Amino acid sequence: MPVIKDAVCSLCGSLCDDITVTVEDNKITKIENACILGHSKFVGMFEHDRIEKPMIRKEGELVPVSYEEAIEAASKILVNSRRTLSYGWCSTSCEAISKAIQLAEETGSLIDSTANVCHGPSALAAQEKGAPGASLGEIKNRADVIVFWGCNPVHAHPRHMSRYSSFSKGFFSTKGRKSRKMVVIDVRKTDTAKLADKYVEIEQGSDLLLITALRSAVNGHEDVIPETVAGISKEEVLELAETLKNAQFSCIFFGMGVTQSRSKYKNGDGVSSLISDLNQHSKAVMIGMRGHYNVTGFGQVATWETGFPMAIDFARGFPYYNPGETGANDVLVREEADAAIISAADAGAHFPQKAVRHLAKIPVIQIDPYANPTTELADVVIPAAVVGIEAEGTAYRMDAIPLRMKKLIDTEFKTDEQIAKDLIAKVRELKEGA
Amino acid sequence: MSEILIKNANVCDPAQAINCETMDICIRDGKIVESVSENAKVIDAGGRLTMAGGFDGHTHSAGKINVGRFINPNDARKNLVPGLSGPEARTEKTRAQVGYNTPNTYAIGYRYAKLGYTTICEAAIPLLAARHTHEEFKEIPILDKMGLSLFGSNWQVMEYIRDKEPEKLAAYVAWGLKASRGYGVKIVNAGGGEAWGWGKNVSGLYDPVPNFDVTPAEILMGLAEANEKLQLPHSVHVHCNNLGKPGNYETTIETMKMFEKVKPVVDRQALHVTHVQFNAYAGTSWRDFETGAPMVADYLNGADHLTFDLGQVIFGPAVTMTADGPVEYANSRMLHEKWSNQDIELEDASGVVPLSYSPKSFINAVQWAIGIELALLVDDPWKMMFTTDSPNGGSFVNYPEAYTYLMSAKKREQIISGFGQMALDRMVLPGLDKELSFYELAIMTRSMQSKMYSRPEKGNLKVGSDADVAIYDIITSDIDPSVEHEKVKQAFSGATYTLKDGKVVVKDGKIEATPMGRTYWVNAKVPADIDSAMQKDTDIKFRKYYTVSKSNYMVEDSYLPIPVEISAEGEF
Amino acid sequence: MKLKANLISGRTADQGAHLEAKTYKGYFDACAYCELNSSDLGKLGVSEGDSLKVTTNFGEVVVFAKANDGNPDGLAFIPMGPWANAVLDPDTHGCGMPGLKGVPSEIEATKEEPLDMKSLMKQYRED
Repeated sequence: MPVIKDAVCSLCGSLCDDITVTVEDNKITKIENACILGHSKFVGMFEHDRIEKPMIRKEGELVPVSYEEAIEAASKILVNSRRTLSYGWCSTSCEAISKAIQLAEETGSLIDSTANVCHGPSALAAQEKGAPGASLGEIKNRADVIVFWGCNPVHAHPRHMSRYSSFSKGFFSTKGRKSRKMVVIDVRKTDTAKLADKYVEIEQGSDLLLITALRSAVNGHEDVIPETVAGISKEEVLELAETLKNAQFSCIFFGMGVTQSRSKYKNGDGVSSLISDLNQHSKAVMIGMRGHYNVTGFGQVATWETGFPMAIDFARGFPYYNPGETGANDVLVREEADAAIISAADAGAHFPQKAVRHLAKIPVIQIDPYANPTTELADVVIPAAVVGIEAEGTAYRMDAIPLRMKKLIDTEFKTDEQIAKDLIAKVRELKEGA
Repeated sequence: MSEILIKNANVCDPAQAINCETMDICIRDGKIVESVSENAKVIDAGGRLTMAGGFDGHTHSAGKINVGRFINPNDARKNLVPGLSGPEARTEKTRAQVGYNTPNTYAIGYRYAKLGYTTICEAAIPLLAARHTHEEFKEIPILDKMGLSLFGSNWQVMEYIRDKEPEKLAAYVAWGLKASRGYGVKIVNAGGGEAWGWGKNVSGLYDPVPNFDVTPAEILMGLAEANEKLQLPHSVHVHCNNLGKPGNYETTIETMKMFEKVKPVVDRQALHVTHVQFNAYAGTSWRDFETGAPMVADYLNGADHLTFDLGQVIFGPAVTMTADGPVEYANSRMLHEKWSNQDIELEDASGVVPLSYSPKSFINAVQWAIGIELALLVDDPWKMMFTTDSPNGGSFVNYPEAYTYLMSAKKREQIISGFGQMALDRMVLPGLDKELSFYELAIMTRSMQSKMYSRPEKGNLKVGSDADVAIYDIITSDIDPSVEHEKVKQAFSGATYTLKDGKVVVKDGKIEATPMGRTYWVNAKVPADIDSAMQKDTDIKFRKYYTVSKSNYMVEDSYLPIPVEISAEGEF
Repeated sequence: MKLKANLISGRTADQGAHLEAKTYKGYFDACAYCELNSSDLGKLGVSEGDSLKVTTNFGEVVVFAKANDGNPDGLAFIPMGPWANAVLDPDTHGCGMPGLKGVPSEIEATKEEPLDMKSLMKQYRED
C-alpha cells in the first residue's frame, strides 16, 4: 500500500506540494493535508462522472466510438473549419499546453486560456504597468501587512492563508498571524473578511476610485480626496494608506473583484501603479490569486512559445494578440468562431449565455476526464487522463514557481498531451491527403 | 557515419593561431577530424571567412526573459532588423516567430543560428524556478545551452559565510548547481538581492546585508573560495555592486582587485566580470557623469586573473532584465516605465523594465561609447567577451551592427557626429582610432569562451572539437572592414553556412534544419559527510521557510532531453 | 414585488469542490442559488429554499434563495456556473473579460423550479 509524500495538488493556483496520498488497488483511498478542493480532486475523482469512452454526437445523442474514430472526426472538424477557437488547457500540464499551441499554430486557430474569464485583465494590467511581485515565500517570511482585495481565499484558495500568508510562520514573521495585519477589501463581508483585522467594504464597482484615492494619499496629495470615496470615508482611506506606507513589507493579493468588476483591467493597472508608488516608502508587492492550478503555466508556455500569454490568433500564420478582439468570449459573442476545441476547462459552465449559445451552434470537440456542461454541447468527446494523478507533468503556481506533478496511479486513459499529439498527426495526414 | 568536407574555407581560428588561412575542414559524425573519405559530402566555402560557431557566454534568453515578453507584447511586432526580427509565419521547417528584444523561443534558436552562433549561456537561473529555464531551453532549437545559477543573495550561502563554514558552503553550491542543473556560479549585486527583500540595497562592497551580518565582499570571496574548492569549470561570474551608478567604476576595480588573491587550480580566470559597461561610470551624479572606461581598462591591462564582457549598448528600444532588483525599480521610476519585479524566497531578486537608448541623450551616448572604449582600450582580446547583455543593452540580433563599431572608426564617426557636445565632453571614444580585426573579433565571440568556460571542444576548429562551424560571405583579402562596414554587417547577419555538430542548420541565411541542442550542467562531487551536514541545514530551511517541499526542489532528468553532465571534483 | 439588485458572481468552496462533478446534484446545490441578505429576502417575501427569478438585460434564470447577511442591501450573489451565466453580461468592453460582476438585475419570487444543469444546457441547444 504505497504512501506517496509531497504530491502536488492539481486543483487551484495554490499548487500545494505537501499532499500525502495513500494508494490501494490503484485507487487513492486516503489523503492528508489537502483542503476540500484537493480532497475533491484526489479522493472525489473515484466518485465523479468520468467520461469512460470517446463519443460522437449522432442525431442529438452522444454515442460511444473508438478512439481512432473520435480523433478522425475531431481532426476533420479542425481541418474543415476556418476559424477554430481552442479554449481551456488550464487543468493540465505545460507539456500538454505546448502541444495544444502547436496544434493551434498548424490549424491557424485561436487559442485562449481560462484567464479570459479570470486574470486576463491582470495580464493587460501588467502590460500597461508591469507586475511587481514576489514568490509566496517572501510573503510568508516577511509580510507584516497582507491585503486581500476582491478575493476570498477561505473559499477559493483554502490553504493559502496557512501555507503562504496570514497564518504562516516565517523567518522574520515568527508569530504567524500575530506578526501581521490582515486587511480585506470587498463588496460584502465574506468568510475571509470575517478573519480580517480590518475589513473595508466598498461600493461594488468602485475599486478604481479607492485605488486612485490611495495613490493620492501615498503620493502626498490628500487634498484631492473627497470626503467619501468608493463608499468609505476619507479618514478610512488615509488610515489604509498609512497602514500600507508604514508596513515593513506589504502584499496585495487580488482576485476577481479586481479583474471582473467595472474598470476591469484598469483596476489591476491601478494596483500596479499603487505598488510602485508604495515602494517609494516601503516594500510592497502584488500577487494575483490564480484560479486553475495551471492557468499560470498556460501563460508561461504561451508567452515563451508565441510571445503572448493568452488570446493568441494564428490565422495569419504568426501569433497575433488583441484581447477584446481575439479573446475566447470575443470570438464567440461575435459569432466568428466556426468550431471549438475545449480541453481542461469548461466553457459551457463558465461563459455567459451569448457565448454559450454560439458554442451550441458550432461543432465542439471536448477533451476532458469528466462530463460537464461543455459535454452537453460537444459533438466529439475524448476522455483524458487526470493530470497530477494519472499523469505527471509541469504546473506553475500562482507566483510562477514551477513544480512537477506526480503520477500516482495507473490509467488506460490517454493524456491531453498524447491526444493533442494524435490530433496534430491526423490533421497533417488529412491536409496532405487533400 | 556522416562525413563532410568543407573546401576552401578561409579559416580564422585564434585557438590555433590561424589567421585567415584558406584550408579544408574535415568533419565526421559531428566532430572535426584530420581527414575524410571520398564519400564525404562537399561544401565549397568559396574562400569565405570561416570561424567556429559563435558562443554567447552571457545572454538573457531563457527564464526571466519570459517576464520581458509578457509585459511587452508590443515587442512582438517590432521589426527593426528585417530578417532577424518581427513576426514570421510558420514554415515547413520553422515554427512561427515573433519579437525583437524578447523573441519567442523558436526565434531565439533560429536567429542565433543565422548569426553563426551555436552555443549560448543563460546569464541567470534562480534555483527555485530552474525548471522554467530548462522548459524554455527545450523549446530553443539548434543551440547548445548552459546556464549560471544565482547564489549571491542566498540565505544558506550568507549564513555559511557568516558562520565560517567553507566546506558546507562548497557542498551547498554543488547541491544548488545540481538542483538547478546549472553550469556555474552567478553573483548579482552580492547581498543586494536580500536587502531588496526589504526594499533596500547595499551601497558598496563593505555595506553589511541587513539581518545577515555579511558584506558583499565576504559573499564574493566566500563563493570564490567555494568555486575553486569544487574546481568548477567556470569561475564565479559577477555582476558588480552599484551597477548603473555614476562613480561605480571604483567599486568595479575594487571588486576585481579583491580577486587577485584567488588562485584557481583549473586553467582559467579567477573571476569573470560581466557587462562592465554598466559598471564603468565616473562622476558623482548624472550631472557630472562621464566615462570610467579608461580607469577600468587601465586596471584590466595590468591584470591577468580575470575576463570580462562588454555589455554594449545598441540605440533603440531595449529591455532590461536582471537579478539586480533595486536597479530595475530605480530605472522604472526615473524613466517612467512599466516595472516588473520577482523576488525569490531565500534566494535572490529580479526586475524587468523596458527602456530605450537614444543618441540624443548624452547619458545613453556615453553608455554606448563606454562599451566600445573598453574593447579598444584593453590590449588583450583574450580577456574580452563580446556581449550586449542581450537584451539589456540591446537585442543579440544587433551583434553584426555592433561588430562594425569595433572594426570601423568611420562607422563610429558616423554615429558620433550625431552626438551633442555634452556627450562628447564625457567620452574618450572620438580620440580612439583602433579598429579590431576579424581575428580579434573571432577571439571575442568564440575563442576566449572556450577557456573561460573550460569547454575545449567549443569555440575552435581543432581536431576533436565539435563541428560547429560558421561560414560568412566575406572574402577577407577583398574587403576593408573599416570602409565596407555595411558589407561586414550584412555578412554576419546571415551566415552562408552554419553547421551544428556537422549538420547544416543555416544556408544562405535561411534555416535548413532544427536539431535539438544539448544542455551542459555541472555535477560537483563532495565528500558524503560534508554533504550530509549541509543537507541537515537545508532541511531546516525547507521545513520552516521555503514554500515548496525539499523533495520537489531538484530539477528532474526529464527536463534535460540531451544532457551533458560535466563532473567536477572538489579539494576538501 | 421586484427587488432591484446589483448582481455579482464568484467562487465558493462548495462550487470548487464540485468542479469535477458538475453533473451531480451537489453541483446544483452549490451553484443554483442566489444570495441576498435577510432584509432583502424579507422584502421579497421569501425564505431560504424558495425559488427566485433573476432577470437582467441578458436573460432570466430561476434559482433558489439563500440568506447571507454579509451582503449589503441590494447586493445579489450567484456562484459562478451556468445559472449565473444565464444572466451575466457577455460584453467584454474591448478587453476580453465579460461582465461577470456588477450586472443590474431584478429579482422576484416565483413558483417555478430551478432547472437542473442538463436541462439548462439543453435550452442552449434548442435556441
